[in-house]
Amino acid sequence: MSLVKPAMRGLLAKRLRFHLPIAFGLSLVAAAGFKYTVTEPRKQAYADFYKRYDSMKEFSAMREAGVFESVRPTGK
Amino acid sequence: MFTCTVSPTRSLSLSLSLSFHSPPTRVFSRSVSVNSPSRDIRIKLCTFFPPCIFLFVILSSLSSCLRKTMLHVTAGRIAGLLSRRGGAAFSSSSSRMASHGHVGVTEQADMSVPLYCDRLDTPLPDRPYKDTLSAADESLKQKEKGPWNSLSKEEKLTLYRMMFNETYAEMKKPTGEWKTVWGGIFFFIGLTGLVVLWQTHYVYPPQPPTFEDEWQAMQVKRMLDMRVNPVEGFSAKWDYEKGQWK
Repeated sequence: MSLVKPAMRGLLAKRLRFHLPIAFGLSLVAAAGFKYTVTEPRKQAYADFYKRYDSMKEFSAMREAGVFESVRPTGK
Repeated sequence: MFTCTVSPTRSLSLSLSLSFHSPPTRVFSRSVSVNSPSRDIRIKLCTFFPPCIFLFVILSSLSSCLRKTMLHVTAGRIAGLLSRRGGAAFSSSSSRMASHGHVGVTEQADMSVPLYCDRLDTPLPDRPYKDTLSAADESLKQKEKGPWNSLSKEEKLTLYRMMFNETYAEMKKPTGEWKTVWGGIFFFIGLTGLVVLWQTHYVYPPQPPTFEDEWQAMQVKRMLDMRVNPVEGFSAKWDYEKGQWK
């Protein structure tokens, strides 16, 4: 009985031809997923926060709470 | 006035600053336990490792049911270890030791000749299992040289057992060792739990004051006053107008 000679060469190349596109594709999907689930919402959150941010109001609130050492709360 | 080193003793300014424009509400939303933290740890440990010891007791009783196969396997392994101690130079030492009449010493295997082994990764060992053949075995071996169709089923099985000790199915037989392994794991985890419990009572120093609930509350309030992570993090979850968590 004659058996088929198994593949002796090009084994890594064959594996890479199959797996590398999948690897690249999955990496791109992961990066895109992270961008649109994490970074874009985070950028939007920061934009929204600073749209209605009054730094002087926040400063005086913090000053009244007494967390600063350089300025005391008003009324002391 | 709040500084970094505020003491936990109540003062007038503290109680004034703790009250917002609304009636005093709980600053923190997590539940407060009535026990001190060291008692908490002890209670958690008391509920955790009795199941471990219970599991170990069950598994050790299960493994003791199969003690026969267990001991047979481990005894076989230990005997194998002992018998392989001799080297090529010691091939004659077994006869010397036997002549001295030492009691309970197993005869050492001659390591200078090929040995038989039952191994899953060695399908054809270096020598047949039975190498001293009786007359009946010899005649069967002669018959084996002819056409195999003339051999009966029992003769084929006899020839197989002459060549090999165990079949692959017998080699792969489950041993139940895993029960001892899991039992040992749970036992030592439970033992470690006992050790840690003893340590919490006799070894640990007293807990720092920063673990107390009042201190934690003051800490949370100070973090909110400082607007820690106001965009997406800590202070973002606090509603400053209503004075409560969102």
